[in-house]
Amino acid sequence: MAKKLVEIKNLKQYFGSPSNPIKAVDGISFDIYEGETLGLVGESGCGKSTTGRSIIRLYDITGGEVLFNGENVHDKKSGKDLKKFNREMQMIFQDPYASLNPRMTAGEIIAEGFIIHGLYKNKKERQEKITSLLEAVGLNKEHANRYAHEFSGGQRQRIGIARALSLDPSFIIADEPISALDVSIQAQVVNLLKQIQKDRGLTYLFIAHDLSMVKYISDRIAVMYSGKIVEVGPADDIYNSPVHPYTKSLLSAIPLPDPISETKRTRIPYTHEEQDETASFHPVNDKHFVYGTEKSFQKWMNNTSI
Amino acid sequence: MSQHDQKIDKELFRIVGVQNEEAEKLSNKSVSFWKEVFLRFSQNKLAIIGLIVLMAVILMAIFVPVFSQYNYREQLGVYNAAPSLSHWFGTDDLGRDVFVRVWEGARISLFIGITAAVIDLIIGVLWGSISGLAGGRVDNIMMRIADVLTAVPYLLVVIVLLVVLQPGLVPMIIALSITGWINMARIVRGEVLSIKNQEYVLAARTLGANTKHLIIRHLIPNALGAILVTMTLTVPSAIFTESFLSYLGLGVPAPTASWGTMASEGNNAITNAPWRLLFPALFISLTIFAFNAVGDGLRDALDPKLRK
Repeated sequence: MAKKLVEIKNLKQYFGSPSNPIKAVDGISFDIYEGETLGLVGESGCGKSTTGRSIIRLYDITGGEVLFNGENVHDKKSGKDLKKFNREMQMIFQDPYASLNPRMTAGEIIAEGFIIHGLYKNKKERQEKITSLLEAVGLNKEHANRYAHEFSGGQRQRIGIARALSLDPSFIIADEPISALDVSIQAQVVNLLKQIQKDRGLTYLFIAHDLSMVKYISDRIAVMYSGKIVEVGPADDIYNSPVHPYTKSLLSAIPLPDPISETKRTRIPYTHEEQDETASFHPVNDKHFVYGTEKSFQKWMNNTSI
Repeated sequence: MSQHDQKIDKELFRIVGVQNEEAEKLSNKSVSFWKEVFLRFSQNKLAIIGLIVLMAVILMAIFVPVFSQYNYREQLGVYNAAPSLSHWFGTDDLGRDVFVRVWEGARISLFIGITAAVIDLIIGVLWGSISGLAGGRVDNIMMRIADVLTAVPYLLVVIVLLVVLQPGLVPMIIALSITGWINMARIVRGEVLSIKNQEYVLAARTLGANTKHLIIRHLIPNALGAILVTMTLTVPSAIFTESFLSYLGLGVPAPTASWGTMASEGNNAITNAPWRLLFPALFISLTIFAFNAVGDGLRDALDPKLRK
């Protein structure tokens, strides 16, 4: 089995007053293996984006730990260590309109990391690097001097991807990178992400709420519900033989692009089942795990045909 | 065979129009943000008129006292003379040329207005950005201090201050700055609060940016518009307050001329020499109007969405 690149152990992220916190992420654990794409899905407000932002240190976590290559990310670190970590882990943001500074040109946006890290001080070298990054995302040299508002949504998102690639990271968190784009552009951006992953051997944490898109890009899928991961496993297992009732409900909500089967599709409603503190991960097979108490796990397994 | 089982052969299609590379082409000419602001501003007639008036007032204030044949404190022996070819705006009760005094007054008024605006800018931007960036308890304390300062009756503070410090230029500026910066601080804080949570700032943070980098590269360039507008709108209010305080007799001492003191003195002669009140009052209104027009124009140009 491949090496674990990122290990998340009992990650907790609470907001608001300590006496009555909002538990955005409530003790989740999962691993991301080198070279894979882990899809993180769930409904709006279930804590997907918070998880991504906590991993990359945009928030100070409440509890638990995040290990990257065996090193704790959230330990107090010197500026130098932090910069090394920044170069390894990058993020692609959701809104291509908000994620580019309107006062900067595409070239300046991509070169921002170079300035922060003092890379490519030679002007010509920096220009070449910017050009090669623009070309990697299907844009060209002339786009470097354009301002963000001159680009279309898909082009902006690709500039965001070029920025994330600028420091040659090994791990990228893509926080709903396609949900703000047109469907035709979504495919373009997802294919670009796949291509870049192949070329550069990247590892992705792909956060989305569109299950069909997640299935297309992911090797494994983690389903998140109300601050907890309820089911994690290989994409095909999750898609074809879900065990947790929430996953089943989520899958039943995907519209089908065929009018005949679409009329036959029935949605499975999900009623929240409170899990007590004995809840833990139960293996369905060696890669597929479901979170719950022993009792509910047995019940769910009986309702599932594998 | 039902229709959706039919396979369509790819060979039947041919690209006739746009090729892939051309799809990425941007046909518009590249326009930077500030260039676009300038274009929008120049389409606003009122703002352009305001700008021209303002330029004229500033140029006259600079050159008239230098090149005029009269000095603003020189007594010419012609008392309360009506406007004529030799004295364009007439003379006052001590025989001084009103035209030169109006432009000398413009110097004082503009100096006070602009200095007050610059001081507001420095204190307000620092206070507001520290408050907005720090957030939490620091933000709370800093903004409550500002609230308390605004709650104190402004005119009372100014009058007490001017009585203690003897009327003059410096106490006038201090008086204007004591509470003037609060508005700027609030606006900058608001801008900082909204900008610091923008995704491009988060992106810079994931790239490893420190606070200094964030302030210089992201916060200042994006808050600049709001700061500029607030500043242009601070100048006329400072000029107005100065004129108003001078009119109450709390302004700069004689023989220095400011628009407010001139209007105050002219008020006594309104029946026999109305030009002594008319001209300073006219220029106070014109200048305030011009600054407001330019400020409004700037605001509309910077954020077209705000326009009603």
